Amino acid sequence: MHIVVCIKQVPDSDKVTIDRETNRLNRAGVPSIINPFDENALEMALQLKDKHGGKITVISMGPPQAEEALRTAMSHGADDAILISDRKFGGADTWATSYTITLALKKLTEPVDLILFGKQAIDGDTAQVGPGVAHFFGVPMITYAKSCEVTDAGFRVQQVTDHGYNVWDVEKPAALTVVKEANSLRMPSLKKKMASKKAVIPVWGVEQLQPDETKIGLAGSPTKVNKVFAPPVKLNKEILSGEPADMVKELIYKLREKKVL
Amino acid sequence: MNNTNKEIWVYAEQENGKLAGVVFELLSEGRKLAAKSGYTLCAVLASANGKPMHQELFNYGAKKIYNVEDPRLEIYQNDYFSKVVYSLIEKETPEIVLYGASTIGRSLAPTVAVMGWAGLTADCTELDFDTERQCLLQTRPAFGGNIMATIICPDHRPQMSTVRSNVFKKERVSEHETGEVVDVKIDLSGIKERMKRVESVIEEVNTVDLKAADYIVSGGRGVGSPENFKVIEGLANALGGAVGASRATVDAGWISHHHQVGQTGKTVCPLIYIACGISGAIQHLAGMQSADLIIAINKDSDAPIFDVADFGLVGDLHQIVPEFTKQINALRS
Repeated sequence: MHIVVCIKQVPDSDKVTIDRETNRLNRAGVPSIINPFDENALEMALQLKDKHGGKITVISMGPPQAEEALRTAMSHGADDAILISDRKFGGADTWATSYTITLALKKLTEPVDLILFGKQAIDGDTAQVGPGVAHFFGVPMITYAKSCEVTDAGFRVQQVTDHGYNVWDVEKPAALTVVKEANSLRMPSLKKKMASKKAVIPVWGVEQLQPDETKIGLAGSPTKVNKVFAPPVKLNKEILSGEPADMVKELIYKLREKKVL
Repeated sequence: MNNTNKEIWVYAEQENGKLAGVVFELLSEGRKLAAKSGYTLCAVLASANGKPMHQELFNYGAKKIYNVEDPRLEIYQNDYFSKVVYSLIEKETPEIVLYGASTIGRSLAPTVAVMGWAGLTADCTELDFDTERQCLLQTRPAFGGNIMATIICPDHRPQMSTVRSNVFKKERVSEHETGEVVDVKIDLSGIKERMKRVESVIEEVNTVDLKAADYIVSGGRGVGSPENFKVIEGLANALGGAVGASRATVDAGWISHHHQVGQTGKTVCPLIYIACGISGAIQHLAGMQSADLIIAINKDSDAPIFDVADFGLVGDLHQIVPEFTKQINALRS
């Protein structure tokens, strides 16, 4: 079985702050990590491989330094890695990203049985690239997968819903996006960590993927960022301080005045 | 794109003949966009039997319903539903399509967007119409909510957005609105069934429904330990509300993810939201900013949570919250 896991390198958004004066992100010193949900996708792949054998290829699209995320994935047990990177891919929205990743999937020589994504990336939070790639690649898609078992014809997948869960039988090849509840990523092994450092990771750009250049990067992206601003700040707020009992008393008085209590 | 139909569509998500709550919220917001743009507000209903749902769609402001019925549309299946919505879009060329950011919407909308090279903006918290440029302004948090971005889609149509439930308020026009029903037949017989739902389970989560709660008391890292969540529960119980939590506490395993409020958790809209020991990483704020009233309790008077609070109590939550509980209980007895 050949499983492809698509991962994204993201800034650890819990550690990103905003400069209220310039409206810019303070990204200096913010560590880059593998998108946490992609770790769940990777672990799902590793567990399937533990049970059924096969091979795991990790793919990431991003700037050259995204290679680091791929090496990390290999230290956890992925067999192969491919980096999709080219200046011409820069500024891609989810549409153009889905298109570009699909070209890479089509270029893989070994047939793909399963494509896994995290349910969303924590920087963009769109959850759109998984379903986008699935459609471009022409495979059925199940979002929010909590578990995946191999069946005769494909996979049996538990999907988390807004009120519980669904169980789906899906034929292979298939694509899934994976939720946090699925698992947690195993520790890297020392041996694999050493090996991952030496691994040769091919970089696929415009030359290798031969895209329709009107469909990549900023030009191929239907959506554009019009404006970026700091989240609004409430102006009419009241800050209370002092003894807890007095503060609470004053607060309750004001809440009752507003008739919300 | 110059010859598009001047229509705003709301995807009328339904399961088992019951419309999702977010549909009414989208229609209510869609009315404002329709008023500003002069476009017609329409609902798209794909189901096995749509008629019983029409009146409610009209009541919330749909002027026209595109009604697609087929036995294959009994349960949600991405291949069928994306085919239906995309075929309709190709035929009718609407300007704008809005979807709920539910499990279904988050699967359907990106598929349709890819099929039609349409722009799609996820999890919008604000929608507006730019009358000058004749385009939809879609505002959403990015980078875990640390910044807000307004997205436009200048050269592609339709302009599509998903919106989470509880972001917009629902408001019925009246109980006897009328409108036009356009029945559309879409041939689904050629689609191979690649996936089959074998079971659907509704789980009774043994927590108060955060989305429906009038009062939510949430704990963050400042709570200090899993045991200390009892203090948060105490106040929630006294108010008759629900317990929420920040991502940090869920990731630390202090409380189950069912309680998580924020960009990657639930979006809530209570009457009062009380944030205790939550610094306000805006990933959290993205999930609770539309609460009617926000109270922040935090030791650090510089914590960003105070930026969005109506009332801020600077001090130790371990003293303030039990005191709050005590005074509420005294009031109620």
